Amino acid sequence: MKDFIIPDRDYGTPAAKSKQMVTLTIDGFDVTVPEGTSIMRAAAEIGISVPKLCATDSVDAFGSCRLCLVEIEGRNGTPASCTTPVAAGLKVTTQNAKLKQLRRGVMELYISDHPLDCLTCSANGDCELQDMAGAVGLRDVRYEAVQTHFRAKDTSGQVNAQYIPRDDSNPYFSYDPQKCIVCSRCVRACEEVQGTFALTIEGRGFDSRVSFGAKTDTALTSDCVSCGACVAACPTATLQEKSIIDIGTPERSVITTCAYCGVGCSFKAELRGDELVRMVPYKHGKANRGHSCVKGRFAYGYASHQDRILNPMIRENISDPWREVSWAEAMEFTATRMQGIIDKHGRHSVGVITSSRCTNEEAYLVQKLTRAVFMNNNTDTCARVCHSPTGYGLGQTLGTSAGTQDFDSVEHTDVVIVIGANPTDGHPVFASRLKKRLRAGAKLIVIDPRRTDIVQSPHIKAAHHLALTPGTNVAVVTALAHVIVTEGLFDEAFIRERCDWDEFQNYAEFAARPENSPESTALLTGVSAEELRAAARLYAKGGNGAIYYGLGVTEHSQGSTTVIGIANLAMMTGNVGRAGVGVNPLRGQNNVQGSCDMGSFPHELPGYRHVKGEGVREIFQKVWGVQIDDEPGLRIPNMLDAAVEGTFKGLYCQGEDILQSDPDTKHVAAGLAAMDCVIVHDLFLNETANYAHVFLPGSTFLEKDGTFTNAERRINRVRKVMAPRNGYADWEVTQMLANAMLKQSGRAPWGYTHPSQIMDEIAMTTPSFAGVSYERLEELGSVQWPCNEAAPEGTPLMHVDGFVRGKGKFINTEYVATDERTGPRFPLLLTTGRILSQYNVGAQTRRTANVAWHTEDLLEIHPHDAEVRGIKDGDYVRLASRAGETSLRAKVTDRVNPGVVYTTFHHPDTQANVITTDYSDWATNCPEYKVTAVQVGLSNGPSEWQKDYAAQAAYSRRIAAAE
Amino acid sequence: MSHESPHAKLIYMANQIAKFMESKPHAEGVALLASHINDFWEPRMRRHLFEVIDAGGEGLRPLVLQAAEKIKRPVSA
Ligand code: SF4
Ligand code: SF4
Ligand code: SF4
Ligand code: FES
Repeated sequence: MKDFIIPDRDYGTPAAKSKQMVTLTIDGFDVTVPEGTSIMRAAAEIGISVPKLCATDSVDAFGSCRLCLVEIEGRNGTPASCTTPVAAGLKVTTQNAKLKQLRRGVMELYISDHPLDCLTCSANGDCELQDMAGAVGLRDVRYEAVQTHFRAKDTSGQVNAQYIPRDDSNPYFSYDPQKCIVCSRCVRACEEVQGTFALTIEGRGFDSRVSFGAKTDTALTSDCVSCGACVAACPTATLQEKSIIDIGTPERSVITTCAYCGVGCSFKAELRGDELVRMVPYKHGKANRGHSCVKGRFAYGYASHQDRILNPMIRENISDPWREVSWAEAMEFTATRMQGIIDKHGRHSVGVITSSRCTNEEAYLVQKLTRAVFMNNNTDTCARVCHSPTGYGLGQTLGTSAGTQDFDSVEHTDVVIVIGANPTDGHPVFASRLKKRLRAGAKLIVIDPRRTDIVQSPHIKAAHHLALTPGTNVAVVTALAHVIVTEGLFDEAFIRERCDWDEFQNYAEFAARPENSPESTALLTGVSAEELRAAARLYAKGGNGAIYYGLGVTEHSQGSTTVIGIANLAMMTGNVGRAGVGVNPLRGQNNVQGSCDMGSFPHELPGYRHVKGEGVREIFQKVWGVQIDDEPGLRIPNMLDAAVEGTFKGLYCQGEDILQSDPDTKHVAAGLAAMDCVIVHDLFLNETANYAHVFLPGSTFLEKDGTFTNAERRINRVRKVMAPRNGYADWEVTQMLANAMLKQSGRAPWGYTHPSQIMDEIAMTTPSFAGVSYERLEELGSVQWPCNEAAPEGTPLMHVDGFVRGKGKFINTEYVATDERTGPRFPLLLTTGRILSQYNVGAQTRRTANVAWHTEDLLEIHPHDAEVRGIKDGDYVRLASRAGETSLRAKVTDRVNPGVVYTTFHHPDTQANVITTDYSDWATNCPEYKVTAVQVGLSNGPSEWQKDYAAQAAYSRRIAAAE
Repeated sequence: MSHESPHAKLIYMANQIAKFMESKPHAEGVALLASHINDFWEPRMRRHLFEVIDAGGEGLRPLVLQAAEKIKRPVSA
């Protein structure tokens, strides 16, 4: 195990962005820094640490503690170095007799109102107050405070009204007010870094205290979203991780990448021995810049959850109980079964599903397994069910299947369109960066059926919220184009230079048709024409315009069409190819981008190259020594159809729970039940495992080496923090399976001994990864593909001097209403989403204390719709569609419009996908999760299906007792 | 709603593609529809599609039928 010790010093104040440099002298040393830098930071640059308490470089300086005083030649007094900016020629002294005395005085005051239990304090060794007492040479405290905040009773035995007991309500950190020095670092972190404004300083002077909103609010019941920014900022034991209180301070750290969402935050995993003590967002992480959300920061407990399966298990039939076996026996059994299927039903009767949760190297090996060992192209990935339309739409219009920007780009944006995405819940760290920009004055347009938090939150209000009817994205996007075209708001120079002018003419003619005007589409979309026109004008003419979109765009019958429409909007307004603009898909799972890059789709080899291309096949045939099938393979829904039909019999499914995450659960169950060999490779006995014959235990991101690629195409290292509890990293398990099969057919085995070798193979075969290697990643920290000879340091912004495909392509976006329509039996439209504390199907987050925030899926319904059905908040309701029915509790809220209901899909008991239908995107078969016609009514309890399902699940999860 | 037979589902999917391609100039629409199916449909799916086409193409939109001769007939595997 490697120990990465990276100096992580606190410079006291944030870096200044100015290009203008200033030279000054500090303690006799010259230092040159950007204009606007604080004296404190300038000193830190040359290794001089001015004592400080209220300053930290994640937030703006506040200047309240007066510990950081310095003297400046020719100026009066002793200014605070954290709030005093540098100026040319200043001569600064940070240490002399006068300053020493002043600082000791300040420390004495602090310490007189602070308990002196340092030895047993949980922050012992990790406390800046302690450090500063040492730094200023505090040796005694001359006065005893009469009034304190830390004594439960005052000196006369009376209850001390100033004493506030510890608040332990948050599952991950505690708030112990007696240790607070009221430096307000936490308050500023919550405002500036996270943007939640959950904390305030109440009262004045001696009475001032940190507070979670109203007096009655605890940390848990307040607006706090448990991002941990305040905890990281707090210099004392006041706000502290409970894991530190339990375990003690860590002694080493490893830099790695969060395995939850597509933001791909970098973390320092801090350990003592082999025990993970805490995860701290890594300051130098280029995606997150030192911030995190509750999932990555705290919700890692699933890795050691008792439900984790650590030994391989097999069974003849899915009605048998599981039998724990050795790895060797499991591989023998599996290889024999799979080979038997291939011998009997042909090589096209088996396939794989790669995971967007696993590493690039693992996804690459799984698709290689099907292409080079099974000898077909039947590989697909869970990205199918979320972002496949992104790949198609952006590939067609711009020429690459990926977002155009890095996250830093948002700092240069003037107008943001968020469409079909809920960043504060789905991509929280990006949302924090976005909100920071919005508070600085950028304008926001939200296109979403639901009033998501970003529409209105403290200090943020969307200029326009187009609350469209689910399923009408294309109509709205085309109407925006209509306004831009007919009002002449497009960027002719850009289009002439970068796109095909005739194609644009053709598109403009289409968009300008009267049926595409906002006035004509208003009835259909429910969006006011005036509002839409205003939004279009703002985006086209408001400066740098950037579009961020999510699954609310892709998971529709016309998902690909909407993506195309979004690309059209960006091209016609010239909003591509520089900082602050662009088209940015917000990816759901951590490695959706990577799994797509790695050739997980059945029609393309790594690097998005179609299998029909002889040249491309040739590259891989040489390296792999096999013949590659030139026909596209089956996609997930097609695999299931083929299974039901009897021509698809065996599936290796890595890190993916298709039974819970894919639509039309009954159809998925029927498909799985029809197969002869389902291999589930996962951490837990997931829902799909109910239909599996082989269970191969997986490893967590903490237990292996590899890389993830986030939504900005950034390849981040995942580093092994501890040994795999199940014995093997996932890539090793895939290799064992491949080798067991290769042995049976007398072929040469694979021989990877480290994931870096897999990356080398990727680099060798895939031009956009040609420059990527573990050494390079070590050097640069991370890199955004394409990374090759032309761009050895990677590519933060795409399409800078021209589109990847040559000329940007405008494609007509005809609105076709989904066939999933409301009617008398199913009058409401259901749309689905996710919430902050839970992740996807919840297999991980449900196994952490995050359940404190979300114990069950709720159905949001408008008061009007609720009232006519006699539904009250908290009632158990039945939710039915043409596909099936389930039941859950209702939450009555006007976040949704009348006619629309909304739920999350984090809990298997809810089985929200029993409801969703098998309609899908026309181009990619990405399922239409976001629109289902439903009816809602009062109910007494779980539906028949839920009961049957629960019984079947319990039955199929039996594990035979070991002899 | 679930599509009962594999044919019904494929007809539905082919028509969905057709609806997108219908907004293009005719020849381009025909060519792109065919290449879309060639690029993304596994031979088993194309075989089923041809079963429908060969039986008269009932339920398929005209553009699908017009593109039929450009769609690759799968060699029996
Ligand atoms: S955890 Fe985050 S949201 Fe909660 S108070 Fe701290 S900074 Fe604010
Ligand atoms: S809780 Fe910590 S960061 Fe906040 S004011 Fe108190 S000491 Fe400072
Ligand atoms: S879940 Fe996403 S936003 Fe949260 S820490 Fe992980 S990568 Fe960052
Ligand atoms: S650190 Fe400068 S005033 Fe507190």
